[in-house]
Amino acid sequence: MKQTFHGYRRENGRVGVRNHVIVLPVDDLSNAAAEAVANNVKGTLAIPHPYGRLQFGADLDLHFRTLIGTGSNPNVAAVVVIGIEDQWTQKVVDGIAKTGKPVQGFGIELHGDHDTIMRASKAARAFLQDASELQRTECPLQDLWVSTKCGESDTTSGCGANPTVGDAFDKLYDAGCTLVFGETTELTGGEQIVAARCRDDAVRAEFMRMFDRYQAVINRHKTSDLSDSQPTKGNIAGGLTTIEEKALGNIQKIGRKCLVDGVIDKAEIPTHAGLWFMDSSSAAAEMVTLCAASGYVVHFFPTGQGNVIGNPILPVIKICANPRTVRTMSEHVDVDTSGLLQREITMSEAGDKLLDMMFRTANGRLTAAEALGHREFVLTRLYESA
Amino acid sequence: MIHCVLHDPDDSVAVIVVEGIKAGTPLTGLVLDEDRTIALECRQDIPIGHKVALKDMAVGDTVIKYGVDIGKVVQPIRKGEHAHVHNIKTKRW
Repeated sequence: MKQTFHGYRRENGRVGVRNHVIVLPVDDLSNAAAEAVANNVKGTLAIPHPYGRLQFGADLDLHFRTLIGTGSNPNVAAVVVIGIEDQWTQKVVDGIAKTGKPVQGFGIELHGDHDTIMRASKAARAFLQDASELQRTECPLQDLWVSTKCGESDTTSGCGANPTVGDAFDKLYDAGCTLVFGETTELTGGEQIVAARCRDDAVRAEFMRMFDRYQAVINRHKTSDLSDSQPTKGNIAGGLTTIEEKALGNIQKIGRKCLVDGVIDKAEIPTHAGLWFMDSSSAAAEMVTLCAASGYVVHFFPTGQGNVIGNPILPVIKICANPRTVRTMSEHVDVDTSGLLQREITMSEAGDKLLDMMFRTANGRLTAAEALGHREFVLTRLYESA
Repeated sequence: MIHCVLHDPDDSVAVIVVEGIKAGTPLTGLVLDEDRTIALECRQDIPIGHKVALKDMAVGDTVIKYGVDIGKVVQPIRKGEHAHVHNIKTKRW
């Protein structure tokens, strides 16, 4: 396996594999201005979303953590922040500024959209030209942070695509990379397998606390059982019958050797290398958005039936082992490991095929989702607004 | 050609991995991680990705895949039949 890749080393030492200048709205009201700025300054990227007003408590904390994490991600060179008012805008700016990267905020009140768009466009233009001069440099593999989450899974995910990620994760773990998986509810039926893989009792207790908390949320809100949602209709069409079966397939992504070294809450940033569990939704765009906010720079996304997800700043590499999906949705598939199911390639060869695509992606190759313009950015909400 | 795969030698179901499997088709099943195959006959049409039963199962029996419990039988299933949401259900939730 190669030991280096070419990335952008940022002011705080982290390494990105993309060089985005983003225009980040603090709230739903600021989407229009953000999109206007990105339209004025070609090559910048607006990241609109529907939230950011009247949230409070832990839900508001998560909102800020996700926005600040997104702006702080090393795949981002510089950030223009736009909010309806100055104070929350400044809070996001200050959070991102801790990385040392260029960031500037604009509040709309007392200015209006036109004046805000003009001033923010000038800042975005300067950031973009400066970012365009940054060069990739050779970086050690352990500087690469890799996340995983699967979607539109079917039974071929569990026997082909997910174990391919698992094989790659075992190899990246040995190389000293920082890795993450999550999808708390989709571990149901396999939670004891994950618990047994935790490094020590403290990590195990924290994992089980988060698992039990999510189960309590389901029990509190469910109307009958979760069989209408988990497995999803797409999962069932693909042959998955029960949540336990789905979970056992899901868990193949963490390989066979690597230990769970730590547990983080949503959009928290890992403090050392190793494999982390992030308490998170199993909805694809929510989870991938949280991975980007936690600082991950490349994502492995195995699919069976053909999930088409992407992310604005995090390259999402799709792995598929279902020969029908590979045939009917080829433009979405980055790595075809269907040969595993015909014994044409070994699991280690499949893992190496994914790692080869990971290095090519890290070095600049656009993923299928990037080429197709998939930029799903979905904020996780914990409860209703005030 | 491999028609279906099973994760663990003790699994009671296997995953169909080719399209167009019809009732009466003789199936070759690959036991993952073991370099060996098994043979059985398919009794029903089964879509790719769906499961075939590897043994007769009665209501209340536990279904084994990956070597562990993935749910319970809610309608009798015969070896070679389609095993899915119409005859298997989770024990959770």
